[in-house]
Amino acid sequence: MPPAITYDSRKHVGVHAERVSHVSSTNFPGHHPHEDHSWDLERFKKGLTVKIERLSNRSIEFDLVGVDASIANAYRRILIAEVPTICVERVYVWDNTSVVVDEVFAQRIGLVPLNVDPALMDMKQTQNDQATDRNTLVFRLQVACERRKNAPKDTTDPSKLYINHEVLSSHLKWVPQGEQEIVMAENPPAPTNLNIVLTKLRPGQEVDMELHAVKGVGKDHAKFCPVATASYRLLPLVILNPEKPVPRELAEKFQECFSPGVIRVDPRTKAVSVDSKKTRKETMSREVYRHPEFEGCVQLARVRDHFLFNIESEGFYPPQRLLPEAIAVMRAKIATIKRAAETLLNNGDSLGDVEMADV
Amino acid sequence: MNQPGQQTANAGGSFIPAPRQDMEYICADCGAKNEIKSREPIRCRECGHRIMYKKRTKRMVQFEAR
Repeated sequence: MPPAITYDSRKHVGVHAERVSHVSSTNFPGHHPHEDHSWDLERFKKGLTVKIERLSNRSIEFDLVGVDASIANAYRRILIAEVPTICVERVYVWDNTSVVVDEVFAQRIGLVPLNVDPALMDMKQTQNDQATDRNTLVFRLQVACERRKNAPKDTTDPSKLYINHEVLSSHLKWVPQGEQEIVMAENPPAPTNLNIVLTKLRPGQEVDMELHAVKGVGKDHAKFCPVATASYRLLPLVILNPEKPVPRELAEKFQECFSPGVIRVDPRTKAVSVDSKKTRKETMSREVYRHPEFEGCVQLARVRDHFLFNIESEGFYPPQRLLPEAIAVMRAKIATIKRAAETLLNNGDSLGDVEMADV
Repeated sequence: MNQPGQQTANAGGSFIPAPRQDMEYICADCGAKNEIKSREPIRCRECGHRIMYKKRTKRMVQFEAR
């Protein structure tokens, strides 16, 4: 049996009936007298673990252990706002007689996720940059609705009555420009989901547009966001008090106070124990604190440096690629800061203006 | 009344005169394509409805997908 966990205010966030305690981390230099908390690579390496808990086509759950909340939060924010993707940005309309007006339709098309690897394209430096085959993808959307000649008389089903009664994302046709035909031959650009209804049509209505897709980031517009959700929470912890065990006759009631599976009750001795593999499922409802008979038996807490990430990918990236992409963005930002700091250091003697090195 | 086939370039700086082709109108009732000729009653060939819609211009309009 592993040694019983005790509440440690340095490692744990206390969860009490009506408040939380020890929220901020204290393991930084100067907080605890006569202790060295300076950052050490070896110590950091020893404490750091990343473990995938669940992986599916569209989402991933993983544990990031041994980092400060600021780092975990930085990755979460970068995932949402700064990992680039490709989306339709300009829409040129020749004809749109559908019920959806041009500007609303254009906005809808912008939100369609495309399966293009952003690494293959450059970011436009300014909005009015010249469009080239390196920074712009061109799609055509040409759909006209017609009456089906041999449609049965008694039906009201539009798919039997009309041809093209819906404009779908599968109607977007990629028009290769310049070198794109060779560069993107393996994975020709198209929407990731081919069944998105963009608008509905009736006979005589028509849509004829050219769409220009560019590379962008989520902080510019939400359509560029590569994730549907990217969130983390801290690992819940249920700490039993060895000095005050749960009374045998109340063991089942105690178990009911927690999420299913978190508390194990020995069928013979009625002794209560915590299933450490399932504590992550605990909802931290604090129900146990409502019963005076359990007072002092248990302490709820969260592990301050154990982050349970849940990321849902939407668009090009498979979910397991998202964290590495976020790290790459973070490293690029750090490199920029480092270069600027070095420039500052080298020019420290002179009083002249500091010149930034080229980014 | 606007004479069909006499339409000149719209405002907006386009100097190319519009090609002399018959304007097509859409029947407000059945959606059939119709031509309106001078000194002839405005009447749909398919259903006899007397209201016509002008078609949307094919001139390109630019939008930002935002």
